[in-house]
Amino acid sequence: MTSATLQPPRIRIGPVAWLRQNLFSTWYNAILSLLIGALLAWVILQFSGWALGAARWDVITRNMRLFLIGQFPGDQAWRIWLNLAVISGLAGLSGGSAGGAVRTLATSVAAAQLLFAGLIAVSGIGLLGSVAYLANAALVWVGLVAGMRRLVPQRVVTIGWLVSLPASFILVAGVGDTAIPSVSTNLWSGLLLTFLLATVGIVLSFPFGVVLALGRRSALPAVRWLSTAYIELIRGVPLVTILFMADIMLPLFLPGELRIDRVARAMGGITLFSAAYVAENVRGGLQAIPAGQVEAAHALGLNGFLTNRFIVLPQALRAVIPANVGLFISLLKDTTLVTIVGLLELLGIGRSVLAQSESLGAQMEVYVFVAALFFVMSFAMSQASYRLEASLGVGER
Amino acid sequence: MIKRIALPLVLFALILAACEASPNPSPSGQATASPGAETPAPTQAPPVAGGRLALVQGRGQLICGVNGNLPGFSFLDDSGEMSGFDADFCRAVAAAVLGDADAVEFRPLNADQRGPALQTGEVDLLVRNTTWTVSRDTSWGLFAPTTFYDGQGIMVRDDSGITSLEDLDTATICVQSGTTTEQNLADQFRARSLTYTPQVFADIDPVYQAYEEGRCDAVTSDRSQLVARRTAFANPSDHILLDVVMSKEPLGPVVPLGDDAWFNVVKWVVFASFEAEERGITSSNVAGLTGSADPVVARLLGAEGELGIALGLANDWVVTMIGAVGNYAEIYDRNLGPTTPFDLDRGPNQQWTDGGLLYAPPYR
Amino acid sequence: MNGPAPDTRQARVPPWRNEHVLRVAAQAVVLLAAALFVGFLVRNLTGAMSERGLSLGFGFLDLTAGFDIAESPIPYRSTDTYGQAFLVGLLNTLSVSAAGIVLATILGVLVGVARLSTNWLVNRVASVYVEIIRNTPLLVQLVILYFAVFLQLPPVADAVELPGAIFLSQRGLFLPAPELTPSFGRWLVFVAVGLGVAVAAGVVAARRASAGRPTRRLGMIGLVTFVAISVGGWLLAFQAPIVIDLPARQRFNFVGGMGLSPEFAALLFGLVLYTAAFIGEVVRGGIQAVRRGQWEAARALGLSERQALRLIVFPQALRVIVPPLTSQYLNLAKNSSLAIAIGYPDLFKIGVTMSNQTGQPVPVILLVMGTYLVISLATSLLMNIYNRRVQVLES
Repeated sequence: MTSATLQPPRIRIGPVAWLRQNLFSTWYNAILSLLIGALLAWVILQFSGWALGAARWDVITRNMRLFLIGQFPGDQAWRIWLNLAVISGLAGLSGGSAGGAVRTLATSVAAAQLLFAGLIAVSGIGLLGSVAYLANAALVWVGLVAGMRRLVPQRVVTIGWLVSLPASFILVAGVGDTAIPSVSTNLWSGLLLTFLLATVGIVLSFPFGVVLALGRRSALPAVRWLSTAYIELIRGVPLVTILFMADIMLPLFLPGELRIDRVARAMGGITLFSAAYVAENVRGGLQAIPAGQVEAAHALGLNGFLTNRFIVLPQALRAVIPANVGLFISLLKDTTLVTIVGLLELLGIGRSVLAQSESLGAQMEVYVFVAALFFVMSFAMSQASYRLEASLGVGER
Repeated sequence: MIKRIALPLVLFALILAACEASPNPSPSGQATASPGAETPAPTQAPPVAGGRLALVQGRGQLICGVNGNLPGFSFLDDSGEMSGFDADFCRAVAAAVLGDADAVEFRPLNADQRGPALQTGEVDLLVRNTTWTVSRDTSWGLFAPTTFYDGQGIMVRDDSGITSLEDLDTATICVQSGTTTEQNLADQFRARSLTYTPQVFADIDPVYQAYEEGRCDAVTSDRSQLVARRTAFANPSDHILLDVVMSKEPLGPVVPLGDDAWFNVVKWVVFASFEAEERGITSSNVAGLTGSADPVVARLLGAEGELGIALGLANDWVVTMIGAVGNYAEIYDRNLGPTTPFDLDRGPNQQWTDGGLLYAPPYR
Repeated sequence: MNGPAPDTRQARVPPWRNEHVLRVAAQAVVLLAAALFVGFLVRNLTGAMSERGLSLGFGFLDLTAGFDIAESPIPYRSTDTYGQAFLVGLLNTLSVSAAGIVLATILGVLVGVARLSTNWLVNRVASVYVEIIRNTPLLVQLVILYFAVFLQLPPVADAVELPGAIFLSQRGLFLPAPELTPSFGRWLVFVAVGLGVAVAAGVVAARRASAGRPTRRLGMIGLVTFVAISVGGWLLAFQAPIVIDLPARQRFNFVGGMGLSPEFAALLFGLVLYTAAFIGEVVRGGIQAVRRGQWEAARALGLSERQALRLIVFPQALRVIVPPLTSQYLNLAKNSSLAIAIGYPDLFKIGVTMSNQTGQPVPVILLVMGTYLVISLATSLLMNIYNRRVQVLES
């Protein structure tokens, strides 16, 4: 990377000059700086005074297990650890070989696990959990090193991801009366359920959204109308109404003997909802492709399918990756809405923790903890998205 | 632009029109939709295949709608099991129908969700401290015999100096939406020409949280619920129930409309729990009583006659059921009796022979 | 479709390779599949509905609702109909959405401008705010605001009193409110006369201005007469036309003045804080999309930074801002349905209660979803009209 281009010279300025330039450049800037500085100091003092003094964090630490895996049977928890280990290793490998945004994600996975290791260590629910998280973080690191040295072929990693997603789902759900007995979805709760809802929603809504976007731009009027109607209908109503339909009203639309699991219904509702938004994003990308590209493909003798597959979609999808990451962050946050229909994801577990008599008045502690977990997850995603945006040069045109 | 808007509107109108066209469905439409219902079931005959009984037996699991957040009635206990008075009646039905009291999928529902959940067939059975009323009996589903006779109460802070409903003029009152108590509250205050502000939540936990935090001056619900939830307060003794009973609240199981055979099963499961108490049959002695010389007991336990078969169940279903969950008194004492934190007096919930309201029709 | 010319050639193409035939066939297949799917759902629906005695009529809207609603912009009692209860829910949703959109736009523009500020502190604080808000779920923010902030305020007896008879307690925020007295109508006449004089002065001033004569004093005269007549009218009326109604502490709560319930306040603040962070980013993006040359040209013309922003940059940025702003407005309106978690009686909350009480869940939910759809479509229609106006400025 030793290119001849020189970085622009850095101008070093003293702290006083920096202050003058950045905080006190004009009289109103000076007043603004002082006012906001005072307000900020007050907020920070208040918050840290509360967080380090008055806050009853024992409510969180006592229920840490509930927050993380909810009511998942304790003797089956190893299945979740195994999952986490596989994902950690794969994330490390991908991050090591791909670099950039993926590496940011992988390192934040490791960072989050270190954070949990610390949280569990102070919560006293068994050092085993702490050690397991530390081991997982180490696994990410091992993966990163192995990935960077190209010890594992890229294809193996890709296949690993493709296999591990359905495999981890089966591992959590279990099969009948085998070594991994099935765990009723009633018991899926806490951060585990949040992860499952978000992952399934993201993985399924993307292809569905792409199909809808292509449908909306199809030359066939019937296909176009149906796709448009679907997209506009879904985008016109709030997600809670869709979840309510899925949770309570769905049996009316199905034959009596067919029964779909509640968690699956919530996943379906979230997927159908966000597919409409993915479709609009992708449509933006499709519209940005110059008509000449399609014409050139036709001139080369490619048919409609091949044109889309090899010419249009690769360009369009790359252009909308950052926007889609933004959507997936929204999807992750929207999983909290299932608590309104009574599923106990992270926020729902927080609410049931607050119903314990020992937790009276600990609203701030519980909700701030829940908010912090969401912040860590989506901040990591958004940082990765910024890096991606920069590396794709999307914002630069 | 107009095109973009017109299309969804037209579609929406079409959906509405399609629905509007169907309020009086033709008999053929009905038959195609539920093939099982095409031959009308003769009374007293085993239920036709395709009814909910067959559905539950085919599934091997009973889906039972419960509250899930009401200690004593249905709540997750320390071991993560759904337990309580209502939950045990779900288990009783599962034991009778499937021979296994644990073959229940508990479906927690808030008060607003329970009506639609019954009507859509989302649950096979609702045992969720639900009050029997005419409108619910005709629109939600059929009410099996009342398992718990209750009345609406109102709870205030002990130090508030409030002793009657009149003292609550202009107060804010916490209540759960979609309940009869929400409606009774409106009636009671209107009848007394008092004003109040309802603070309504969809879920049960926020109702009591908001009251405990001081958002409301009072909270109203069934008296049993107030007592049960009070035990979970930080300082239960700071709160008192006013000495008023604002309504009759007969609480019992409900089944979806339109399935007589299924309704019969649930109805007689409840009656069997009454009858077993009256005859002194308990979970510990039921196995030994199957050879009883008393013809009533013999019929009840299926040693004589084919009463169980007529219901579409195993003939000895009462033995299984009582063996698994016990009779009414056992269910009551285990969940609400003196050994529990609630210590609810049985009041009207006693056998008719003791001056109570529990009265099972004869088993013959 | 493509005119008559290719007809002869097409006759020789077998139907399975004829593009026209294929197009029609493909669409027929898609439509048939869609129709079959919808038919399947509708058949199950009608079957299940007739089995359980459900109907699709809207007759229940005329029945008595029987429940009270805590807050309503129109008079409502438990003896009113379900239709009126639904209307209350709709109006509550509309009022919180309208107030939210106005406030979120104001705060959002401030945040967007602050994100571009040369003041390091302002810039940092704004971006930390945006990151925190955008990376946590709105529902969590709402429950924090309601359960952990508003419900933890002091009880009525120890309400915080702010200067100007403003009271803040667990039961909400109470402000003095202007109240019209019977003499308001009379006073209005004086104001109208004053306004007439002022407008006349303005017209004369405009004429003089177009004729190139000095105008400043005329404008002043108009303004002074207007104020004088209005004040005179106020004094002449037998009682003050507007009195200030102060909130007063009573046994259970404050009475009088203007009250914001904690539920409304938490929902409004939550929606505003959340949406403003997104609007801030939209505004920042819009301003950054204006080419640097425009700033430089404005400065070359001698405009101050603020003038450049207001007169040159912002109008151009609006073109970029309006479309994403529309979707933020739509999101805000749809997000107001989260009110159900904090006990505010909005459209969805009332709808869910109605679906339970009426025993007619299907038409109620269709009505609720249809209403949200209409709100969304109406909002995007209005914003599209505005968008077209903004875009015309350019061409």
